[in-house]
Amino acid sequence: MAVESVAAPPPSELLAFWRAFRENRGAVIGLSIVVFIALVAIFADFIAPHDPIEQFRDFTKRPPAWTEKGDWQFLLGTDALGRDMLSRLIHGARVSLFIGLMVMLVSIVVGVALGLSAAWFGGLYDVAVLRVMDLIMSIPSLVLAILIMAILSPSLTNTIIAVTVVYLPRYVRLVRASALAELSKDYVTAAKVAGVGPFRLMMRTVLPNCMAPLIVQAALGVSDAILEAAGLGFLGLGAQPPTPEWGSMLADSRDLIVSHPHVMAFPGLAILITVVAINLMGDGLRDALDPKLKRS
Amino acid sequence: MKKTMFAAALLAATALSGAASAKSLAYCSEGSPENFSPSMNTTGTSLDAARPVYNKLVQFEPGSTTPKPALAESFTISEDGLTITFKLRAGVKFHSGVNGFTPSRDLTADDVIWSFERQWKADHPYAKVSGGAYDYFNDMGMPDSLDSITKTDDLTVVMKLKAPNAPIIANLAMDFATIHSAEYAKFLMDKGTPEQFDQMPVGTGSFQFVDYQKDAVIRYKAFEGWAGKPKVDDLIYAITPDPTARYAKLKANECQVMIAPNPADLEAMGKDPDVNLMSQAGLNIGYLSMNAQKPPFDKPEVRQAIAMAIDRDAILKEVYQGAGQKAKNPIPPTMWSYDEATVDYEYNPEKAKEILKAAGVAEGLATDIWWMPVQRPYNPNAKRIAEMMQSDLAKVGLTATLVSFEWGEYRKRLQAGEHQLGLLGWTGDNGDPDNFFFLAGCDKDGKPAGQNISKWCDPKFNELMLKARSSTDMAERTKIYQEMQKLHHDGVAWLNIAHSTVFEPTRKSVSGYKISPFGAHEFQNVDVAE
Amino acid sequence: MFRFLLKRLALTLPTFLALMLVTFLMIRLVPGDPIEVRRGERGITPERLEQLRHEMGLDQPVLKQFLDYVWGILNGDFGVSIVSRTPILDEFIKLFPATLELTICAMTFAIALGIPAGVYAATRRGGVADQTLMGLALTGYSMPIFWWGLLLILVMSNTLGLTPVSGRIDLIKYYFQPVTGFMLIDSVLSGQKGAFLDAVRHLILPMIVLGTVPLAVIARMTRSSMLEILGEDYVRTARAKGLSAARVVGVHALRNALIPVVTVIGLQTGTLLAGAVLTETIFSWPGVGKWLIESIGRRDYPALQGGIMLISTMVILVNLAVDLLYGLINPRICHGG
Repeated sequence: MAVESVAAPPPSELLAFWRAFRENRGAVIGLSIVVFIALVAIFADFIAPHDPIEQFRDFTKRPPAWTEKGDWQFLLGTDALGRDMLSRLIHGARVSLFIGLMVMLVSIVVGVALGLSAAWFGGLYDVAVLRVMDLIMSIPSLVLAILIMAILSPSLTNTIIAVTVVYLPRYVRLVRASALAELSKDYVTAAKVAGVGPFRLMMRTVLPNCMAPLIVQAALGVSDAILEAAGLGFLGLGAQPPTPEWGSMLADSRDLIVSHPHVMAFPGLAILITVVAINLMGDGLRDALDPKLKRS
Repeated sequence: MKKTMFAAALLAATALSGAASAKSLAYCSEGSPENFSPSMNTTGTSLDAARPVYNKLVQFEPGSTTPKPALAESFTISEDGLTITFKLRAGVKFHSGVNGFTPSRDLTADDVIWSFERQWKADHPYAKVSGGAYDYFNDMGMPDSLDSITKTDDLTVVMKLKAPNAPIIANLAMDFATIHSAEYAKFLMDKGTPEQFDQMPVGTGSFQFVDYQKDAVIRYKAFEGWAGKPKVDDLIYAITPDPTARYAKLKANECQVMIAPNPADLEAMGKDPDVNLMSQAGLNIGYLSMNAQKPPFDKPEVRQAIAMAIDRDAILKEVYQGAGQKAKNPIPPTMWSYDEATVDYEYNPEKAKEILKAAGVAEGLATDIWWMPVQRPYNPNAKRIAEMMQSDLAKVGLTATLVSFEWGEYRKRLQAGEHQLGLLGWTGDNGDPDNFFFLAGCDKDGKPAGQNISKWCDPKFNELMLKARSSTDMAERTKIYQEMQKLHHDGVAWLNIAHSTVFEPTRKSVSGYKISPFGAHEFQNVDVAE
Repeated sequence: MFRFLLKRLALTLPTFLALMLVTFLMIRLVPGDPIEVRRGERGITPERLEQLRHEMGLDQPVLKQFLDYVWGILNGDFGVSIVSRTPILDEFIKLFPATLELTICAMTFAIALGIPAGVYAATRRGGVADQTLMGLALTGYSMPIFWWGLLLILVMSNTLGLTPVSGRIDLIKYYFQPVTGFMLIDSVLSGQKGAFLDAVRHLILPMIVLGTVPLAVIARMTRSSMLEILGEDYVRTARAKGLSAARVVGVHALRNALIPVVTVIGLQTGTLLAGAVLTETIFSWPGVGKWLIESIGRRDYPALQGGIMLISTMVILVNLAVDLLYGLINPRICHGG
C-alpha cells in the first residue's frame, strides 16, 4: 500500500508542497521569471522582432533605442554585424534553456540508471561506477568539459554531452546514496520477500523515495549547466555561429567593450538573470520538498 | 642547463639593477614567439621577437622597402647575374654573456655559411635541431636557386646561383637569411644542449637577449655593436594578446608602442592626447582562399560566383571600418606593376546564384569557412568577416559552417589544404611583386607550393613567374606581372578582399619609430622622452 | 589518525591510476592521429613522420605504451610539448605558481569576506541586512564570471583607470628573476620600491573575479551552518547563562559552525584551480589554465595530456589535504569513517 501512495501522491501532498513553496517570496519571483523566460524561449519565433541572424548592415552597432543614437526598430540596439540584439537574446534564451534542460534530462536518466544499478548490484560493479565518478570529479569541471569539446569538436550537441558528463557524478552519487538508504529499510525487504522483481522494486519503491533531493539537484543542475555552457561558448567551444548563444555573443563583443559596451552588457545580464531565477526557484524547491535540508 | 640559465639571468639582473636610471622602451606585442630562430618561423610574432637580436647581410632601411648593406659592407653581382660576392664588415661583435657563452672571435664568413647551410643541407649538424622545418628558405625557392656558398677569405662570401634571380638581394634581406653565430652553435652542441640555440639567441643585433617568460615578457638590453648603441637601454616586449588590454597598457604608460589596435578603438585613440596614432597604407592583402582541389571550388566559374556573392564593400565598412581599400589585385596599389586595368567582380548575388545553378551546385550545399583566431594587419577580425560571408553565402544557397584553430595549427591545416574556404592574407616582406605572386605558385611538377593554400595551379602563371624572376629588366617584369594579375583575376586564384591601412599607436613620448611596410617592428632608432 | 591517512591515501590511488588511463586514452581518442595531422606540413616527409611516431612511442604495442607512460609519470616524465619541445613538467612548474597565487588570493578574499558576512547575516536573521547579503550571495553564486570580469575591466580599468587590465606586474618599472614564482613574494624579495604594491594592483581584479563564486558559497554556507548551531541546546544554554552575544557567537558557535565551511572551502579550492581557466583568459594571466586552453587550440596533445594529469593531481592533493584537515578539527570522522 505504501507503494501505491507514493506513486500517486494525493492532491493534499501537492497542495502542501505548493503552500510551502509559496511561502518563500524569492522562490515565487524566481519561478515567475523562469516561466517568463521559458515562454519567451518557446514563442521566440513570434516574439522576436527580427530574424536573429539577419544582418542589417546599414544599422551596425546601434545603441539601445532610448539613447541618443538609438533606433526604435532595434530596442536593445544591434551588434557589430547589425543583428538585432533583442531578437538574439530571445533566441539565445531558447538555446540556453534547451542546453540546460537537455543536460538535466540526460543526467537524470543516466544518473538514475547508474545510481540504482550500482546500489542494487553492489560489489565490483558498484566500486567501478564509484571510481569512474570519483575520477570525473577529480578533473576540474571546466577543464574536463573543454577536453571533451576538444575531442568531439565544438557544436551544440557536443556541448550538451560535455556538460552532462561533467555533472553526472552528482546525480549518480545522490541516487546511489538514497537508494542504499532505502534498500536497507524494512518495507523493501518485505517487498523482496514478497517476490517483487528488482526492476519494479527500484522504479516503484526506491526511486520515488529519493525523488525529492533529485528534483532539487535537477533544478540547480539546470543553472549550473547554463553557466558552464555559456563559459564554453565564451571560450569559443560551444554553439557555433551564427547560433545566437549568450556566451559566444559575449565573446564576440570583447573588442567593443570600450566603444560599444551595450553589446557586451545584455548577454551577460541575460545569463545572470536566468541563472539567479533558477537558483531562487531551486532554493525554494529544496526548502519546500525537503524540510530536513531547510536552511533558514 | 638550469644552472647556467639561472646564472645568466642573475648576471643580467645585477647588470640591470646597476643602471638605475636606465631608459626603457616597452612594446606591447600580441603573442609568444615559437622560438627565436627566424629561419624556422613564418609568423610576424616570432620574427619580431628575434629581430632585435640579429642582423642579416643586407637589411631593409627601417620604414622603407630598400635593402642596404648591413653585415655585408658591400656586395657585387657578376655580369651574368650568377655570382654574388659579399664583403663582410670587419670587427662585428657577437653578444657576450648570454647563456654562459663568451664569443672568442668576431663575425666571419663561417657564420654566414653556417646560417645558410643549416636550412639547406640535410647533413648539417643543426639541420634537425628543434624540428628542423625551414619553410621560408624552401618557399623562397632557395634550394632550387642556390648552387654554392663558399668563402674566399674570412670576410668574403661568394654565393653562386643556378639561374639569375632578380629579387635575390631583397630576399636576402628577409628574416630567414639571419646570420647566427657558428661558434655559439658549437658551444651548445659540445654542451649537449643544441635546442637552446633556438631558445636563447646570440646575434650581432642592437639588442642582446636577456630573458623570456612565456606569455609574459621578453627582455633585451642595449648592445653596442657594429651599428652603434641604440637609444634606449632596455627593450621589453610585453606579451598582451588582447587588443583592449594593449590599449589600456598604452594609456597607463605600461608600454609605449603597441601592435594591432582594435578598429573599434581607433576613434578614441585619435582623440587621446597621449597617443600618437600612426598609420600607413599596408603592403598587404587579405584574401579568401577557395580550395581549387575540392569540388565544387575546382570549377573557376564557381569561384567567380562566390566572388560575386560576397559583399566586400560591407566587409570593408564594418570590419576594416574604412581603414583599408577594397582589393581587386593580389598586390597592393603602392607596388610597382599594379594593374589598374583589372575589372573587379561586382557584388551580384542574383547572378552568382544563376552561375552556381548552371554549374550544378545543389541548393543548400554544405561548405566551410575557416577564420583565423588572431588579428592580423590585413584582417582585423576574421571571425566577423567569416560571419558576414556565411550570411552572404546563405543568400545564394550555400550553407557554411565556421571553423577555426589556434594560429599555428590553423596555418598548418590550411597549407595541408583541409579547408574549402579559408581566410588568410599576406604582408609583403621584401617589396618585390614576386613576394606576393609566389603565394599562388606551384613547383615544376604542378604541385602547389607550401604557401599556396588555394592549391590553384596554372602552368601559364608559373611559367610567367619564373620568367619574371630571371629577368632584371623592370619594364619587362612589369608587363609579365600585369599579365599574371589578369590570370589571377580570371582564374580567381583567391578572392581579394582588402589592402588594409596599418595603424600603430605610440605614446607621444616616443620618437624615431617608423611603421615598417613589412609589418615588422624595429626599435634600434627609437627613443623615449622621460 | 594515521590509519585514516592510510585509508584515504589508498582511496586516492585507484583514482590516480584511472586518471593516468584516461589521459593516456585521450590522446588516442582524438580524431586524427597526433602524428598524422602533421602530414603535409613543410619538411614533413614520410620518414620524418615515422621518426616522430617513434619518438612519441606510437609504434609500440598499446599496453607497452601505457606502461611506458605510467613509468614515465612515476619518474616525473610527463612528455614533451609538440610546439615548444620543452618538457611539460618544466612548463607546468613555470606556470603553476601564477595559478596557485591567484587561487590562494581569491580564496583568502572569499574567506575574509564570506565568513564575516555569513555570521553577520545569521545574527540578523530575516532582517534587511540578512536579505540583502543573501541576495548578493545568490547573485554572486549565479554570476557568469567571464562577464563579471569584463564588466570590472570596463568600470575599474577603462573608465576609472584604477587597475591594470592584464599581466602580473608592470614589466617596465620592475624586473627581477622569479625566485618562488609568486609575484607577491618575489616583488618583496626583489627589494624594488613599489613592486609589491604594483603586483597587488595587478592581482586585485582577477582575485575578485575568481573569488566571487566561492565568496558567495562560503557566505551562504557559514550562514546556514551558524543558524543550525545557534539553534542547538548548548548555545542556548550559554546564552541563558548570560554570556554576551558576541562571545556566544564568536567563541562557541563559530568554532563549530566552521567545520562544514572548511569542507566547502576545500572543495572550492579544487574548483578554483580549474575555474582559473576563464579568469586567466580574461586577464591574460600567465597560468596553467590559459596554457591548457592554448594547448587545445594548438592541438598540442602531449601538453594537454600532461597538463590535465598534473592539474588533476593538484586537485586530488588539495582534496586530500582538506580531508586530513577536516579529520583534525573534527576527530569524530576518524572513528566513523
